[in-house]
Amino acid sequence: MLAFDASEALLAQVNQARENATPLRIQGSNSKAFLGREVAGEILDTRAHRGIVSYDPTELVISVRAGTPLSELLATLDAAGQMLPCEPPAFGEDATVGGMIAAGLSGPRRPWSGSVRDFVLGTRVITGLGKHLRFGGEVMKNVAGYDLSRLLAGSYGCLGVLTEVSLKVLPKPRRCLSISLELDSAQALSKLAEWGQQPLPISAASHDGQRLFLRLEGGEGSVTAAHQRLGGEPLDSCYWTDLNEQRLGFFDEGLPLWRLSLPNHLGPLSLPGEQLIDWAGAQRWLKSDAQDIQSKVHELGGHATCFSHGATQTPFQPLAPALLRYHRQLKAQLDPQGLFNPGRMYAEF
Amino acid sequence: MNILYDERIDGPLPDVDKAALLNLLHQQIPDLDMLWREEELKPYECDGLSAYRTSPMLVALPRRLEQVQKLLEICHAQQVPVVARGAGTGLSGGALPLDKGVLLVMARFNNILHIDPAARTARVQPGVRNLAISEAEAPFGLYYAPDPSSQIACSIGGNVAENAGGVHCLKYGLTVHNLLKLEVLTIEGERLTLGSEALDSPGFDLLALFTGSEGLLGIITEVTVKLLPKPQVAKVLLASFDSVEKAGRAVADIIAAGIIPGGLEMMDNLAIRAAEDFIHAGYPVDAEAILLCELDGVEADVHDDCLRVREVMQQAGATEVRQARDEAERVRFWAGRKNAFPAIGRLSPDYYCMDGTIPRRELPGVLEGIARLAAEHGLRVANVFHAGDGNMHPLILFDANQPGELARAEALGGQILELCVKVGGSITGEHGVGREKINQMCAQFNSDELTLFHAVKAAFDPQGLLNPGKNIPTLHRCAEFGAMHIHAGQLPFPELERF
Repeated sequence: MLAFDASEALLAQVNQARENATPLRIQGSNSKAFLGREVAGEILDTRAHRGIVSYDPTELVISVRAGTPLSELLATLDAAGQMLPCEPPAFGEDATVGGMIAAGLSGPRRPWSGSVRDFVLGTRVITGLGKHLRFGGEVMKNVAGYDLSRLLAGSYGCLGVLTEVSLKVLPKPRRCLSISLELDSAQALSKLAEWGQQPLPISAASHDGQRLFLRLEGGEGSVTAAHQRLGGEPLDSCYWTDLNEQRLGFFDEGLPLWRLSLPNHLGPLSLPGEQLIDWAGAQRWLKSDAQDIQSKVHELGGHATCFSHGATQTPFQPLAPALLRYHRQLKAQLDPQGLFNPGRMYAEF
Repeated sequence: MNILYDERIDGPLPDVDKAALLNLLHQQIPDLDMLWREEELKPYECDGLSAYRTSPMLVALPRRLEQVQKLLEICHAQQVPVVARGAGTGLSGGALPLDKGVLLVMARFNNILHIDPAARTARVQPGVRNLAISEAEAPFGLYYAPDPSSQIACSIGGNVAENAGGVHCLKYGLTVHNLLKLEVLTIEGERLTLGSEALDSPGFDLLALFTGSEGLLGIITEVTVKLLPKPQVAKVLLASFDSVEKAGRAVADIIAAGIIPGGLEMMDNLAIRAAEDFIHAGYPVDAEAILLCELDGVEADVHDDCLRVREVMQQAGATEVRQARDEAERVRFWAGRKNAFPAIGRLSPDYYCMDGTIPRRELPGVLEGIARLAAEHGLRVANVFHAGDGNMHPLILFDANQPGELARAEALGGQILELCVKVGGSITGEHGVGREKINQMCAQFNSDELTLFHAVKAAFDPQGLLNPGKNIPTLHRCAEFGAMHIHAGQLPFPELERF
């Protein structure tokens, strides 16, 4: 495992870009380059800035440089019997921690554990004013100043260059068991809504149109009791990795892939195309060439992101005008020259 | 250095003609309830930090969203500062009024608008009390997890503004982790929806940014919270230790054993004795420290974890470990902790509650440091500690009627917080910066970081009309504060002029 502090070089490149007014395209391994809009700019590669800065399992906090491979972070936690509960997808063997934070995507456990941003405790960031700053920290509770660290999660590098992040981690569950149940999607969603109101140790719930897939996690007693109650066929836990990394047959090439984020209590949705349910209904994958997906999903109280590069000009759901104005103002304040990933999220900033 | 707003270092505030503003508001929002006579303003001159008081120019008590919107539009046009207030239970002076500003009280927005058990959400107005949410969900077997100790009185709008915590944060998170959606009004009176009923939203995470922003970015008008199913059982263990170090080691060992307790609290000897005297919880008054460890969840798991925790505590050197035999004893064990503040209040005419956080491994050193600083200042300090998440509440005992004691208590408090920063912690874990810790912000952040905070503010409120003087200090304040705190010959903010 390599460790190297390349923050001075990154800062120098940002300051050069400020001087020349050259936009920067921030990247790690480019595993998530297919998300969002095309960015024209000089490449700023974070991968030289890598390594775990500090990790004390009894503090439940790990601090890691942005260019560190995500796999290295996960292996380090695993060796200590801990995990990043939001189980972010990598979408590539060389995915970096910085990209994971910038994209802010979470895996199957998200509705029960929280998202990537929920586990961010602190960050170091190079700003549009050419400063390398620290926000938040390595403690669980910290309400000093604005929460810039969590703001950076999911901001696709548009507000600054993330150089380091401190994350809350948790012990791995003692027992983990996956099962599948024969239920149609309407039955499955209604059961999930019912189970959601009970203290059941469910930590993942997906439906492929025919079967409901569940993961149970917790202590020996609660998992055994839940298994006895729910029954079902045993399921290989690889299912969850394949779902998270989009390696299931459903994700094979074809029509454009959309991620729908929805209120969790909606029943089955009739939308044009093929669907796969995750997050107990709160996240659904849709393969469709329909043109009005975002407006349809908006009417349902959610939003849609296109995961097929170039299939649309607005891969992220357009923002309401008032909200867009404040996004632009925030971007203008934090990155006045518009250097960082201009247009990656929206054409307007 | 005085904590009240000082235009010389906190920035000039616009001069407003009170009579003209009152006239305008009466004219434009005839049905808005307002208070403006001196005797009516008195009850609003402070929040839960009662040592600092300022009478507002006037108090507005709206009942309808349109009134708030119009009020903000007028204040924006007339350049009148606006300080928002919920139930006024905050401990950091976040709702301390300005004598040149309007105090906007949101407490009358106290309706629970919608409960959706299937979605496990509740949509509520900002003046709804924290505990009222859980009470309303109880018939569905659901509850709202964050439980600040003021939960019977504090409002959810204030909880969001402060990113309130409680004793169950390690397992269940802070306010920010339990929100789905906010409706807010900007200082221009523009309505924004942050977040959604889905688990995420497009664009920047402004929901996270606004949570804990202490009323500086917008006014919260509606909150949608996530609800959780009530844990099946909760058991509590009480362990006694003959040293704080051993208790601290037990905390680390519990975590290392892969157990995340629902609550994990530590009290030192002074706090133990005060609580026992007051509540008769059955605490061991000779112990140097006790740990209260609550395990909650499904019965079988809780049973197993109780056995594990008991063993860990014994190995860490506990002199005694007791498990509450029944619910009544569990409630009594907690009552001692939950009443620790009033119990301390019986030992001393006044006390000052601090709110620093530290990495847990630093606990023994920090407690030692606190004891040393307390001796230097000639004051006593009792310690209660959310040990699971490193959030300490040192309680400084003093008597405000003794000349100079308040000033000594303030000075000691400031130094305790600076000690927290020095070991890698924070000046505030859950109470907020408000006005109280405005100077210590200068110790936690450098001028570039503060400049960025001001830039965030400028994106939403460029004229600085929302709650001016709170949360983020001006660079001039830090320069002046720094001049009094020269560490090792190094002057903080050397680039700024002193005056």
